[in-house]
This record gives sequence, C-alpha cells and structure tokens, in this order.
Amino acid sequence: MNPKQSDRRRFLKSGAALAGLAVGASASAGPLAAEPAPERIDDLHLYGERSHFVNSVRNGSINNPERRLKDEPNAFGLSTPLQDSVGMITPASLHFVVSHGYEPPDINPLEHRLLIHGMVDCPLIFSLDDLKRLPFVSRFYFIECHGNSTTGGLGGAARISPNATAQDTHGFTSCSQWTGVPLSLLLKEAGVQKSASWILAEGADASKHTKSFPLAKAMDDALVAYGQNGEPVRPEQGFPLRLVVPGWEGINNVKWLRRIDLVDEPYMAMMETTRYPSLRLDGKSRWFKFEMGPKSVITQPSGAHHLPVRGFYEITGLAWSGGGAIRRVEVSTDDGRTWKDAQLHDPVTQKAHTRFSIPWNWNGEEAVLQSRCTDDQGMVQPTMAELAKLYGTDVDYFRKTSQILAGFNAIQPWKVNRDGSVQNAIF
Amino acid sequence: MRFSNLLAAGIVLLTASASLAQTPSYTNVGRTPTKEEIQAWDIAAGPDGKGLPPGHGTAKEGAPIYATKCASCHGPAGEGTPLGRRLVGSKADMWTLTTVQPLITIGSYWPFATTIWDYINRAMPRNQGGSLNANEVYALTAFILSKCGIIQEGDVVDAKTLPKVQMPNHNGFIPQRFEDIPDERKRGCRLGTCP
Repeated sequence: MNPKQSDRRRFLKSGAALAGLAVGASASAGPLAAEPAPERIDDLHLYGERSHFVNSVRNGSINNPERRLKDEPNAFGLSTPLQDSVGMITPASLHFVVSHGYEPPDINPLEHRLLIHGMVDCPLIFSLDDLKRLPFVSRFYFIECHGNSTTGGLGGAARISPNATAQDTHGFTSCSQWTGVPLSLLLKEAGVQKSASWILAEGADASKHTKSFPLAKAMDDALVAYGQNGEPVRPEQGFPLRLVVPGWEGINNVKWLRRIDLVDEPYMAMMETTRYPSLRLDGKSRWFKFEMGPKSVITQPSGAHHLPVRGFYEITGLAWSGGGAIRRVEVSTDDGRTWKDAQLHDPVTQKAHTRFSIPWNWNGEEAVLQSRCTDDQGMVQPTMAELAKLYGTDVDYFRKTSQILAGFNAIQPWKVNRDGSVQNAIF
Repeated sequence: MRFSNLLAAGIVLLTASASLAQTPSYTNVGRTPTKEEIQAWDIAAGPDGKGLPPGHGTAKEGAPIYATKCASCHGPAGEGTPLGRRLVGSKADMWTLTTVQPLITIGSYWPFATTIWDYINRAMPRNQGGSLNANEVYALTAFILSKCGIIQEGDVVDAKTLPKVQMPNHNGFIPQRFEDIPDERKRGCRLGTCP
C-alpha cells in the first residue's frame, strides 16, 4: 500500500464530512489557512482523482442492506448524492445505478456487436468502431428511475424519514452529456418497413434485459451512446453501448445494448409487464408510462444539512422534465404561502437537469423551503394533495403503500428548524 | 453504397412495398448479418407467440427440472426465499391488488404466459441464462402455470397453446389495447401525470 492510499483510508475511517452546509461548518471563515503541503500526485498523473478531502459517495442497498426490496432481494440501487451536487452534470462515478440483481458484464469493446433486424429491408450488424465512424450528437439528458422519490419500495423508509437527505429522497436521477449515434440514423440505414411500430431493445447482461417502446420515440431523439461526460460510457452505465431514451423511465435506457428488433407490438417482456407497471388502488396497473413528469428538488440547503448562523444563503436545486425543457422554477420559503421565481442557470436544455438558485436571508425562525417547476409544455409539478386527488385517494396512501409509484413527482418540502437543522417534511 | 442496400432498394421499387425513407449513405459502415447470426440472438417471444420455437412440455415433466434448477432460490413450491422471488400465487390472491400490500406473483399479477417462457429462456437459472433447451423451458413454464392453478398437470404447453393461456390478471392493465399505449389522447391522461 502506498502512503497515499493509507492516508485515504485513515480519512475515510475517520468519517469526516465535507459538504459546505454539513456538520459543524464554522460561522465565519476563521483564521488564515496554513500553507498546504504539496499534493502527492505520483498516482494522479495518468488518471486523475478527486481530493481525498472530498468523500461524497453513492448510497443504497449495497451499504444499507435494510434498503433491499423485500420481494426482490437480489436487486440493488445506488443513489446520487444530490445534496453535494453543483452544476447540472452528474460525475459518471456518481451516476445512480439500479440493478435487478446483476453485476455489469465485462465486455471487450472489440468483440461487442449491435444487431438491427426484424421489420427492416436490410438487417445490419455494427462493431463499436463502425458506430464511431458515423455522424454523432452530444446532448445533455437526465436519466431517472421511474420509482425515483416514490414513498414506497426502493426509497422506502429512508425516503420518508425526517432525516432523509436529497440523495435519499431524489437520488435516482442523474444527468450526463451523452455522445452517440442517433438511433433514427441507424434505423433509416436499415430501412424500417411500414409494418413496424415498436422497438424491442436488448442488452448483453446476464438477464438479457429487454424493453419495448414505440418506434416514434426511436425516430425522434433516442441515442445509441458510446460516450458519457467526455469518456466512454462506464461499465455500470452500459459500456460500451447504452441506449439513451431521453425523458423516459430509466428502464428504457438499455445498458450493454446489443440488439434492436423492429416489431409490430410491445413484446410484453418481464420488466415492462410485471415490475414496472404502476399498480393503483383500484387494482388496475398503468403500464408503459414512459415519460417522466416535471420534478424539482432543493439540494442546498436540504435534509441533514445544518445552517450554522442566520444570514445569507443562496438556495439552489435541480429541476427536470421528461416533457421538455424547464421553463420556470419557483421557490417558497414560507411553507407555500408565497412563491418567487428562481434564476435558471445555463445550460437550460430539453430533458436535462436544470440548475436553479435564489438568494435567501434566513432570519433564524422556522422555515419550510420548497421548489416547483414548470416545463415548456406548461406542465406544473404537483403538490402531494394534487397527486393524491389524481390517484383517487388521500395523502396518507403515499405513506402506507409498499408499491413503487412510477413518476411520483410531488413538491418536496424541507423544514429548517430554529437550531439550523434541516429535515425532510414530506409528511 | 453497400451492394445489399442497392439490392434492397431495387426490391422496394419493384414490389412497391413502402418503407420509411431508406437512404443508405454511409459506405461500408457495418455489414449484413448472416441468417445464423440473427437466429442466434433473436430469442424474444411476443404475447401472441411470435418467436416461440418448436418444442413442448407438461407440468409433470417440469417438476424434476424445477427441483434441480430453480427450487434452491425460488423455494420447493415457488414460495420464494431470500435468494429469489416468490413465483406462485393465484386468482384467489388478486384481492390484495387493491390494498397497500399487494401480492405480486405470476399467478396473481402477470398478464401474459408468454412472458414466463421468454424470461426463463433468456435469464434463468440466474447467471446461466440460455442453458435450458426449449422443451425444458416449456416444461418449467407448464410447472409454474400449474402451481398457480391456471392449467392442469397434464396440459401440454407449446408454441400454439401458450399464447392462449388466459392469465387471471390479464385485464388488469391500462390502456388495455396495445394500439392505445403510445396515444396520449387514448391514455386518458398526459404522460408523466398518469395515476
């Protein structure tokens, strides 16, 4: 073990926290810092690492076994630490992961193939090098698990706990710059026949995950991505190829993509018919919901943060919608009585996280902070009461259900207490 | 331009079978797969039985295969263990679907019997997907359907009979008609705000 690694380990063991608003941040800047020792960069020359003072990590059932799904013990989720996020890009290393029990396959990119077949005039097979010769686009898109911020299932008790962080409440969404070939280009090259109306996409993982979605989406903005944030897509995210289906439930974004079959009906694969429909209280399940609704969350200050003194804070957060670009974010600091427009930070683009912020002076009294967004289709993020009405039930249902509610996008309140502590106030 | 593309374009013209704007314009990028290559990967089975291969099986034949290949994770009677989900449930469990603790099993929830075949074939046993032959997959499908009280022990499951098996919760999904799924107006709500 080199000295640096042992330093790092000692640091991680000590459990010190970094985030600006987290534990014990001092009221003022304090005395001038000593001259720092030179960074030990011998192992950072070839592939950089973040400072060993930064320890923000993903969280989930890997390190919290009680967060495993009772009825699907092999599944695991790892959520993005949104409370530490800045800007609108998620580092690939912190991108959320939901796995139905399988580790990423170890794929040699030289051997990987993408097959396009079915109702096409000319079936085609591509290597990764083939695909990289084609015209490409680079676009910012979020990917969000359909069950992100649900009060049941994967989020479960941790999501509704007063001590929940933004990672616990909303961490199953991440945003990357994806680079790849538009799926429409590949489909046009193969010549889609008139009889085709659906796409069946399949991965090369051990469960050969399969997902059906309408051809119209494939021809619109779906992307066969080989790049993520300026580097190859990471193994956990689908190396070497991931299908990116912008704004639609995460399950459509097939990782380790190896096959696109052009078909004329949904193929009723296991995930889409048995795990991802949203079961309602009337016993009916809505399936193939696809598009994620408008959602936002304040990331600073947020759950488990601590405001050390009264005074100025720039409130900031993220907003996104599967319907399009974010047009407006409003923030309330008085439990929803009044709302003010927040500033949207560039870039503000289609189906991507959008960073917002608004200045705030905390007077030391109790305050409830909330954000609500509107997308460019005019859709407004609902309150819990509005969602309950939509579901034909009361708010208490969301507390009790064991179901993963797809597309749960209620406004998220954070309560700031007089002692500066910040708590999840969803219930 | 690929020769095969030229050929395909010619066929399209000759037969006047319309296709979506085929404009092959990327010379020598990718190639035409062989029939065998497509067959090797084209494993999906659709709800109407498309893609189901020849072969057959009964619950009786499936029982010993289940005991050796599946029971260690899913339990001897499909009741589930900490290693694998519960599989078996029945029409009698469907009342739970209107409660906050619904029982989601193949018998009480899954809308299509073809999905059982497709998933066993591609993914089971865990990390050994593709290791069972078609007859074994048909027999295991029959075994599970029989345990769920949906078919009889001696019923033969094959590419013809499987799509006709009526699952108890078949009508529990909306929109019911496949053609309504992509159509926002027919869904009764805008995507993104569907309860």
